[in-house]
Amino acid sequence: MAATQGILLKNGRIIDPANGIDMAADVLIENGKIVSVTEPGKLSGNANAQQIDVAGCWVVPGLIDMHVHLREPGEEYKETILSGTRAASAGGFTAVACMPNTDPVNDCSVVTRMILEKSHGAYARVYPVGTISKSGKGEALAEIGDMKSAGIVAISDDGRPVSDSQLMRRALEYSGNFDLPVICHSEDMYLSRTGVMNEGALSTKLGLKGIPSAAEEIMVYRDIKLAEYTGRPVHIAHASTRESINLIRSAKEKGSPVTAETAPHYFSLTEKAVEGYNTNAKMNPPLRTEEDVASIKEALADGTLDVIATDHAPHSTLEKEVEFDVAANGIIGLETAVPLTLNLVREGVFDEAKMVELLSVNPAKILKVDGGSISEGSIADITVINPEKEFQYTIDKVVSKSKNSPFLGRQLKGMAVLTIVGGDITFSSL
Amino acid sequence: MKTEYKFDHKHILGIAQLSYDDIEYILHTAESFKEISSRSIKKVPTLRGKTIINLFFEPSTRTRLSFEIAAKRMSADTFNISASTSSAVKGETLVDTAKNLQAMNPDVIIIRHSSSGAPTLLTDHIYTSIINAGDGTHEHPSQGLLDLMTVKEKKGKIEGLKVSIIGDIGHSRVAHSNIIGFSKMGAHVSVSGPATFMPVGIDKLGAKVCDSMQEAISDADVVMPLRIQKERQKDPLIPSFREYASHFGITENMFELAKPDAMVMHPGPINRGVELTPEIADGARSVILDQVANGVAVRMALLYLVIGNS
Repeated sequence: MAATQGILLKNGRIIDPANGIDMAADVLIENGKIVSVTEPGKLSGNANAQQIDVAGCWVVPGLIDMHVHLREPGEEYKETILSGTRAASAGGFTAVACMPNTDPVNDCSVVTRMILEKSHGAYARVYPVGTISKSGKGEALAEIGDMKSAGIVAISDDGRPVSDSQLMRRALEYSGNFDLPVICHSEDMYLSRTGVMNEGALSTKLGLKGIPSAAEEIMVYRDIKLAEYTGRPVHIAHASTRESINLIRSAKEKGSPVTAETAPHYFSLTEKAVEGYNTNAKMNPPLRTEEDVASIKEALADGTLDVIATDHAPHSTLEKEVEFDVAANGIIGLETAVPLTLNLVREGVFDEAKMVELLSVNPAKILKVDGGSISEGSIADITVINPEKEFQYTIDKVVSKSKNSPFLGRQLKGMAVLTIVGGDITFSSL
Repeated sequence: MKTEYKFDHKHILGIAQLSYDDIEYILHTAESFKEISSRSIKKVPTLRGKTIINLFFEPSTRTRLSFEIAAKRMSADTFNISASTSSAVKGETLVDTAKNLQAMNPDVIIIRHSSSGAPTLLTDHIYTSIINAGDGTHEHPSQGLLDLMTVKEKKGKIEGLKVSIIGDIGHSRVAHSNIIGFSKMGAHVSVSGPATFMPVGIDKLGAKVCDSMQEAISDADVVMPLRIQKERQKDPLIPSFREYASHFGITENMFELAKPDAMVMHPGPINRGVELTPEIADGARSVILDQVANGVAVRMALLYLVIGNS
């Protein structure tokens, strides 16, 4: 699709909370920009534009997943920048922030540049996240300034915590010079140790080593304290427990510079999914309990949690068709985020506008990247969602190179039907 | 036994999957097989032509030998694969190993593995009957069943008895199987030991958790100290074995709190002088070697039932 030709999205419902808009309108896109948003049928001008009828669909600012693992460089058999962004696009995402725990890790400008080079021609914008520490080992600061110059949008040692509190403090201070958010994988590794699932009666029954929820909460508390002490913002990744939520909520009430995300699996599944030793239910942090799920939903509704990010973590059968305790952590999530989040809209947990805030407006704000609105003159990153379209998520439908999803076989409702990045259609099932 | 009862398990993965009737039926079958081992010619043709593979990824003397003797007394052909000789060292996955074994068409694979759930993983990928001979800290069903058989044999019943399991509950698959099994059969299970050995939620499996050893052992019909697994003490769970022996070991004084006719059991191997004094281990009320003898009978029953069912 040539961007220059222009696209006219007709008869959709525009949900654009950044501009306080929720109405039926037509959207005209030209030269990669949004040219106008007008009452249906009223648009004049570009007669050459490709006209797409999106009646019955929601037209929302392009979804941004601020937490994915694209596995390139190093583990291209699991995912590549191309295959991962294809999955993103199929799931309705126009941009992804990719975590640095690749091989080699993204801890220097050379790797950052390589990722960005490989992202030309990808199906979504790719925003690299650099490591906090050299090699992601949690021992010394990485060359954060150089990586910023090369194009990173945030720093994180995701996959591992920064156990050394002094180093975390220094990272928060130093990142301030470069205006980079710090994304925290909050986990007390001394407490989680060799645990492989949530600790409780079920882990005991299954004979699997447990990870107490306190292992997350202790570090969430530390990271909040360091944010308050240094005055520098932290973003808590994949919050999964009730007490983490409570800690974040009370920090926000005080006005502390804290934002946080959760992933769809933490509000869609509980630890029960592990029964039968299902390695596609193994992730870190682990799936928790009903009470935790209830807290997460509440926190999404009341603004304690700012973002839904997938923590898309592709693994092949090599890592997953093995004994539970040696299986790799993580699941793919890009293609199931929209229907799983829509479940909460249907349950009445929050409304459509809130969904767009969680999946687009807030990640754009936290990462300070383009997008998050359908304003005239802004970049034409747009997702069209058909909230009623049902599909069975089967292995042959998975676009990601890896198939490690606990949602395989499920009947899901609502999906992206058209994804537009900078005026180019990257995915369409219309 | 209800008349419509039918044993309907292709695999023996844990006591958790067995019903009250299943356990009764297994014990009944084991009791009838026990006599074979006391004959001068200890062999019956029941499983002639059947192939049984012992796939052991952890060292084991007693359990592996017990399964092998059980199989051979019923004329099955047995083959042993231990971790040191298996493909595991060559980097083959467990699933691949199992598929290769299946291709040689065995009737049963008996597996011991350090990972909880490893036997379940096999049932997802191959159709051969699987018997769990101990997986991680999950279950050790044949041990649980032989313990039930021993108590039933010595006490005449299981229901209503107080069974005290003492020690490293968290690392013990035997404890897990016994808590589930004895509770299911109507016994009252108490557990005690250092709190660092008590896994979260063990009460949900049916055990009463006692902080006090005295409370756990008072009026017990069965006292079962568990082996302190020295190889699993990477976590700082107890200060020393010496301290363990003096506070949590089963000594004469401690054992006196139990009923006068109480018996002591142990899944073996024993750390003499740590969890159990030699006097009690070798004393008149010890049934530790009866457990070993019954192990053969229970395993004969399990092999017969899963093959008979396949």
